Amino acid sequence: MADLQLRSVEKTYGNGFKAVHGINLDIEEGEFMVLVGPSGCAKSTTLRMIAGLETITGGEIRIGDQVVNELAPGKRGIAMVFQNYALYPHMKVRKNLSFGLTLAGKPKSEIEEKTAEVSEILEIEELLDRLPKQLSGGQAQRVALGRALIKHPEVFLFDEPLSNLDAKLRASMRVRITDLHKRLRSEGRPATVVYVTHDQVEAMTMGDRICVMKDGHIMQVADPATLYDKPANDFVAGFIGMPEMNFVECSFARDGNVPVLSAGDQQIKVLDGLADRLTTSESTVKLGIRPQHLDIVPAGTENAFTGEITNLEFMGHEVNVYARIGGGTFVCVVPSEDYDSSLKRGDLVGLKPEGQHIHIFDVQSGQNVSLGS
Amino acid sequence: MSSITDLPNPNRDGREPPTALELKLRRKARISSTIRYTLLTVIGLIMVYPLIWLVGASFKTNAEMFSSPSFWPKDATIQGYIDGWKTSTPYTFGTFFLNSLWIIIPKVIGTAVSCTVVAYGFARFEFPGKKFLFVTVIATLLLPNVVTRIPQYLLFRDIGWLDSFLPLWVPSALAGDAFFVFMVIQFLRAIPRDMEEAARVDGANTFQTLVYIVVPLLMPALISVCLFQFMWTMNDFLGPLIYISSVEKYPVSLALKLSIDATEAFAWNQILAMSVLALAPSLIVFFAAQKYFIDGISAGGVKG
Repeated sequence: MADLQLRSVEKTYGNGFKAVHGINLDIEEGEFMVLVGPSGCAKSTTLRMIAGLETITGGEIRIGDQVVNELAPGKRGIAMVFQNYALYPHMKVRKNLSFGLTLAGKPKSEIEEKTAEVSEILEIEELLDRLPKQLSGGQAQRVALGRALIKHPEVFLFDEPLSNLDAKLRASMRVRITDLHKRLRSEGRPATVVYVTHDQVEAMTMGDRICVMKDGHIMQVADPATLYDKPANDFVAGFIGMPEMNFVECSFARDGNVPVLSAGDQQIKVLDGLADRLTTSESTVKLGIRPQHLDIVPAGTENAFTGEITNLEFMGHEVNVYARIGGGTFVCVVPSEDYDSSLKRGDLVGLKPEGQHIHIFDVQSGQNVSLGS
Repeated sequence: MSSITDLPNPNRDGREPPTALELKLRRKARISSTIRYTLLTVIGLIMVYPLIWLVGASFKTNAEMFSSPSFWPKDATIQGYIDGWKTSTPYTFGTFFLNSLWIIIPKVIGTAVSCTVVAYGFARFEFPGKKFLFVTVIATLLLPNVVTRIPQYLLFRDIGWLDSFLPLWVPSALAGDAFFVFMVIQFLRAIPRDMEEAARVDGANTFQTLVYIVVPLLMPALISVCLFQFMWTMNDFLGPLIYISSVEKYPVSLALKLSIDATEAFAWNQILAMSVLALAPSLIVFFAAQKYFIDGISAGGVKG
């Protein structure tokens, strides 16, 4: 097993389009790294460069202590699971699994042994003599996983492997993959994993660390909790979390040492040590607050935004309350048991941000200026 | 799958009697399909009649041939086959069939191999001059065949290939048939690249990817290529006529013409009998491979 390093990696296509802008990323041995971002953020391109399926037009990729820029995919010690499985349709499952080993000229006994081992782990023993078209989506994905696993690669690459599955199957495959990763680690052969997805649930639940990408740049690399609690910029803040974080542009002043944020004619004084964390002197900032960190209070309460309820969504365990604040709409998530069922559309309510969870972003750069220095 | 009839589902509820509207629709559908199938059958028969007549006439005597328009022979005889097989030359038709085979086998195999390699290159790789080369391939596809006959003839004469089978199959075996190249390229373009990429990750080099992954995926297209090439070569008359001069090297298509030339009073029953035999290989091959052939020309049906 090996670590993986990306040094100023660039990708410029023949038509001059620059997809990846010199990214740096260190993935430790045995780490589960998730690349996440909206479509077109070059996360798949990055993965394909690691795999060797795309050429690298700048920078360097290392697997272990070897620079792999010019190595053929088969020689990089990687295995890849594709979004639409990419099983060889004319080969039976058994052959699909062993194709790589056969090419490598491994002895028959070893191939059989490994096939048996992998098919046991993934519970696909009874599928070995079927053709890929006779498999369901989940089974096909397990075979694709097996094809990667059987090679004992240094690095596993996953390219949105679960996006073709239905929600239920996706959840169970998610668990299966993380379990597998843990199992390999406990067996003393930890696997380095790079996992591409656009689904933040997958990212948050599976990754040891998550790399959030946008337009070929890395926005932040951190563990899930840090990403959620201390987003480095407004993009990460908006991308991670459901429903999306509320943003509102505020003018910013200080009343003594207490920051005062004003959106329209509404003023909020923030205590809870925000002043110590702030590293900006701009007069206009962007306030961000997660829907989970807004409390519903009577309209007119001090240090709360007042707004008119525009929509209520009952989700079962919680209720999403939408309220119009100044120019924008805020969402507030209230646990069902705390929810005042007399609320209805058109009511005026107060939305009080929990001070320690307020994020302040620079309007121009989008950087989070409330992380402290 | 859509059903052949337009009848509304008769098992609507099992017990309830059909409504008036349903009855009307059913009647309409029945009348419409009766008309349709009658029309199709009649037109089909008209088109296939010459062929049926050919088979029937090959069992007639030469005298009966023109006296009765019916296709059914009055007193069937296989004399036409026996005499026709012997031919008026020192060679039997067996020789001519073998000659055809010596052209067809290398041509079909060569076409399949060369088209696959060329199409793979065009469909999957970027290389300098690719656009120009592809335009050239398409241009030769658009070029009428006759235009190249004379320069080709001169070329092969200078190489010294006249009166041999080589001019008939070597160009095709070097991907000279742009139509087939184009057909395989189009088919290949419809196949997602993932499988090939998976193979490369599995450690296959370009050649192994081609042999183990691409060729099996291309099978339906390749079978169509082989079938077309087989039938067209079997029926090719002009090519052998130009390049082959000694009778012992005649393929079937030329040999049929031979029996018309050689005798003054044409033995039509012999000619027709041999024509039936000449048809047989194409028909047999076609029906044997029909399933794949249809897969191949409807290139959309790729399973991923």
